[in-house]
Amino acid sequence: MTEILIKNGFVIDPLNNINCQKMDIAIKDGKIVEKVNEREAKVIDASGLTVMAGGVDIHSHIAGSEVNIGRMLRPDDHVKDVVRKTALTRSGTGYSIPSTYVTGYRYSKMGYTTVMNPSMAAMKAKHAHEELNDIPLIDKAVFTLLGDWWVALETIAKGDLEECARHIAWMIRATRSYAIKIVNPGGLESWGFGRNVHSLDDEVPNFSLTPRDIITGMAKVNAMLNMPHTIHLHTNNLGIPGNYKTTIETMQALESVYKGDKPVGHITHIQFSSFAGDNWAHFKSGAAEIANYLNAHNHMTIDIGQVTFADTTTMTADGPFEFSLYELGGHNKWVNSDVETESSGGIIPFHFKKKNAVNAIQWSIGLELSLMIKDPWKVSMTTDHPNGGPFYHYPRVFAWLYSRKAREATLKKCNKKAQRKSLLPTLDREYTLYELAIITRAGTAKALGLKNKGHLGIGADADVAIYNINPETTDIAQNYKPVRKAFSNAIYTIKDGEIVVKDKEIIAIRPGRTMWLDVQTKEPYRINEEMKRKFKEYWTVEFDNYPVTDHYIKVPEKITIQASV
Amino acid sequence: MVEQKLRVTLITGRTIDQGVAKELGKGSQEYFDNVAVCFLDSSDIKRLGLKNGMNVQVTSPYGSIVVKAKKYPYGTLSGMVFMPCGLWANAICSDATDSIGMPTFRGFTVEVEPAPDKPVLTLDELLKQEFGK
Amino acid sequence: MAEIFKSVVCPICGCLCDDLEATVENNEIVKMKNGCAVCEAKMVHGYKSDERILEPYIRKDGKLVPVSMDEAICKAAQILTDAKYPLLFGWTSSVSETQHVGVELAEELGGALDNCCSVCHGPSVMAIQEIGIPTATLGQIRHRADLIVYWACDPWSSHPRHVERYTAFTDGRFEKSEFKEYVQKLKAKASQKKVDAAIRRTQVRYQPSQPPKAAIVEAPPQSLAKAGRKMIVFDVRKTMTAEVADYFVQVEPNTDYEIFGALRCLVNDQELDIDKVGGVPVEYLKEIVDAMVNADFGAIFFGLGLTQSVGRFRNIEIAIAMTRDLNRKTKFVIAPMRGHFNVTGANTVFAWQTGYPFALDFSQGYPQYNPGEFTANDLLRRGDNDATLVISADPGAHFPKSSIQNMMKHPLITINPDWNAISRLGDVVFPTQWCGIEQAGTAYRMDSIPVTLKKIVEAPKGILADEEIVRRILEKVRDIKAQKNEKDIQGQQQILERKM
Repeated sequence: MTEILIKNGFVIDPLNNINCQKMDIAIKDGKIVEKVNEREAKVIDASGLTVMAGGVDIHSHIAGSEVNIGRMLRPDDHVKDVVRKTALTRSGTGYSIPSTYVTGYRYSKMGYTTVMNPSMAAMKAKHAHEELNDIPLIDKAVFTLLGDWWVALETIAKGDLEECARHIAWMIRATRSYAIKIVNPGGLESWGFGRNVHSLDDEVPNFSLTPRDIITGMAKVNAMLNMPHTIHLHTNNLGIPGNYKTTIETMQALESVYKGDKPVGHITHIQFSSFAGDNWAHFKSGAAEIANYLNAHNHMTIDIGQVTFADTTTMTADGPFEFSLYELGGHNKWVNSDVETESSGGIIPFHFKKKNAVNAIQWSIGLELSLMIKDPWKVSMTTDHPNGGPFYHYPRVFAWLYSRKAREATLKKCNKKAQRKSLLPTLDREYTLYELAIITRAGTAKALGLKNKGHLGIGADADVAIYNINPETTDIAQNYKPVRKAFSNAIYTIKDGEIVVKDKEIIAIRPGRTMWLDVQTKEPYRINEEMKRKFKEYWTVEFDNYPVTDHYIKVPEKITIQASV
Repeated sequence: MVEQKLRVTLITGRTIDQGVAKELGKGSQEYFDNVAVCFLDSSDIKRLGLKNGMNVQVTSPYGSIVVKAKKYPYGTLSGMVFMPCGLWANAICSDATDSIGMPTFRGFTVEVEPAPDKPVLTLDELLKQEFGK
Repeated sequence: MAEIFKSVVCPICGCLCDDLEATVENNEIVKMKNGCAVCEAKMVHGYKSDERILEPYIRKDGKLVPVSMDEAICKAAQILTDAKYPLLFGWTSSVSETQHVGVELAEELGGALDNCCSVCHGPSVMAIQEIGIPTATLGQIRHRADLIVYWACDPWSSHPRHVERYTAFTDGRFEKSEFKEYVQKLKAKASQKKVDAAIRRTQVRYQPSQPPKAAIVEAPPQSLAKAGRKMIVFDVRKTMTAEVADYFVQVEPNTDYEIFGALRCLVNDQELDIDKVGGVPVEYLKEIVDAMVNADFGAIFFGLGLTQSVGRFRNIEIAIAMTRDLNRKTKFVIAPMRGHFNVTGANTVFAWQTGYPFALDFSQGYPQYNPGEFTANDLLRRGDNDATLVISADPGAHFPKSSIQNMMKHPLITINPDWNAISRLGDVVFPTQWCGIEQAGTAYRMDSIPVTLKKIVEAPKGILADEEIVRRILEKVRDIKAQKNEKDIQGQQQILERKM
């Protein structure tokens, strides 16, 4: 394998406390090393450029059944964004839900090298993995939807968390997954008969437990299994005015699980769960309350789910939410897709407009949260792609964070009512490049428990992004446009020690790896007769045919963890 | 009274026998027996003076085909005849797609008349006649 | 020695039943357990019948002559590269892995790519693109549905185990099988038939001079109001499925749109000032709507009777619209009865690579989509394509005659395991393995659940998987193009040299 030496770049590497130091980064055999032979190595002159670890995305819907139904649903979305075949790259389409190859290319061009696909019905896991194989240039992993899985609900209701944990360990392995995803706990099961839950203490119909039981139970299970990431939680009441209270109650419920060392829960796309006001007419931001809570507590991490004002496609396992969005959003085309014993799902195209008060306030909420939560290590930057906007809009979000001027320029174009309600004019904070590196790679990798990602220390994966930004000579807040452009198009992206993007063009294709957890329980999980019988009852696919086999993962990276049950 | 011709709506679709026969092979006797047929209501069979298993000629604006007549086994089929989907039914279908890709496979008017002297062509005979191969 | 394979997946229809047991002796399947009649026909008899293609053929002087695999690959690649605009059609009885390479081949050739969806549920896909679809996996319906509607489809014939595995005759967590009731009903019917026959014998034969033209619809039975599962069938003709239903509504041909419209009005509490729609009295429709609204969970399955008759995708659109409206009152889902075992997979694989499920064109270097323009029958009718590759499908038996006549004007390459109609017409004929019998791979069930097909016997010697055939054609196409490029460059250089 070739050796690479990146010389004289301004390195920003928060996990190793390196802030804009002029230094060299050496790469050998796909890893960061102490030094390489300068005469033999390929030398990249990075003087005047910013060098960071490759970007890590904690939450982006890029593959799987839901995403693909979204693609099929929207030919109108694709015609405005077509991508030609080249000698090296495949053709495809965008806009809000790019086809698989295009997804890989666009992430790589932004200097991102790792992406988490955060929502996958276990029963459709093979599909998600087949698509992930077709997304080149980035490493990826999937989170399995487990919060409304009948077996989990039954074992939690019974109070037998150890049994629950063993089943979950099996499921994580069977679906080649990386984390436990919980969406509107209890709500998805209720949606089976067209209902929903509305508070943490509503009883889930036909199961004797509440969303609170599911959330705390799963967090404990997550700890028993020693999972690298926390539970990844989409709250109850998402998308409903006044839901910030539910969000705070959810975080409070998890305080009891916290042991003081590492976070126990991650609330995803929290913007959609930070609404105040009693109804849509009185809709306002609950960002201050959420930020205050998070500033006073250390047991949670979050990602933003920033709105970028795009004609996008919303998709979530939260079936009842999508139905209410259908009723609310002018009856656009609506897909509902329930999955037996496990989950539900919904899709609706949605155009976030600056001139719409609610949309503009949502935009403001995302930024308010990012600016008001003091510790950037608690925050990951996402748009909940494609829900808040497509992932390749990230540089716009960066600009709003590092430049007051940029957000003022956008706010000026927003709905007047939203402008009046926005807290942004009161917020002076501007993200530094160091902080930006935290919320886009270092902190994200830390929250995910990815040891070899998000930093450039010795032994880390040689995933590197080099941007045309000179931190010494550039006032990024003032010159936000060129910096934004620089983030859209990395000068170099290096994946596993190979240069894949050079001068903003893709020059090499390599498949990314799919990371998955082999969770080893103390006693090996043995499928007993009862479970086999249950399988026949619960699913319409045979037990033998259920698990994802090695065939489905082109380049696997198995991570073995020892559970404490 | 025996009539010469029947003007009816053609419905095409699957039958279990066609399903089984296609898996046995398109050249099989079972396929020929179960697909080169036209199902008529028992009253229509009488009107045309047919016997179960006699040949009929089914003609549409797009073509004409000779197949065996059979009595429709379930309930009434008044104003309609039914042919299992396959080569013989498609010989009288239209490639008009209403500009959306789907040809006109069913729901159009056909004429059905007895054809006691005309043979039902086998798969290979039909391919030769229609496509020259 | 007999070997038993369990949890075998049936590679025939969109049900993808995966609970089969195959007994294999001397590399031959001798027995299938749990399968339907169609499954048995294919897996015990059909796959090894005399209809099997055992070697590649090329048509020379009008006759198909056996050739080597290499010769057939070269010939096929040459035909495809020589063509200005080839059409690649079929794919739906192949595994996803094959479909995956197919997209790459179409892209490389700059040709048109379509799958059997365009002649089955293409209109359903278009309707979904218009207004979306509230749907669910089959297990969700099994567990919860207390009202099941089959509309313009006959699962008993086309998806023989659908009712038994996924709907009325299966036990779910919240709803139980109605099979016992069905048996009782059949018994009652049988004795009724005996009575009828006795009465007939005693009566003088009477023939009406004019048979009734309009369909006769019976009034809804009391059982529509009962608790537990209920099944209603709407169709233009009575079918075996209709026989087992609680209520059969015989509608006039080509009136589905009107009936859905009427039902939708009633669902939304609007009054209708007519007596009948499509031959069905409005008062009956009201009772049906009552049953729908009072259901805890309703499910509608529809078939080609809607997609192929007058109205096409508009029929589906209004059916979905009605289902959507029903979700304001209760839970209701709707799902197409997808035919070929991996037609859903073809839509799925095409969509993740290109954004579009069928009717694709690559002539501009990027994917374009337009049903009516890039759908197989339209291309053929207009004579747009100048070569055709058909894989794992039989348009020879299932396209209108005129489409095939147009196809015959240009070279035809076929990749199918057996001598179906289209193989008999081919100019280059490839044999291939049976997916799900000799070749493993992924298929997508009608509800988008991925299921892995198994390999249970070895293919006859020399017969390749279709994935490999397509991949080898693709490689050869790239070779030919590279050589051509080189020649062009050399040619240009020679011209330049001469000028100098």
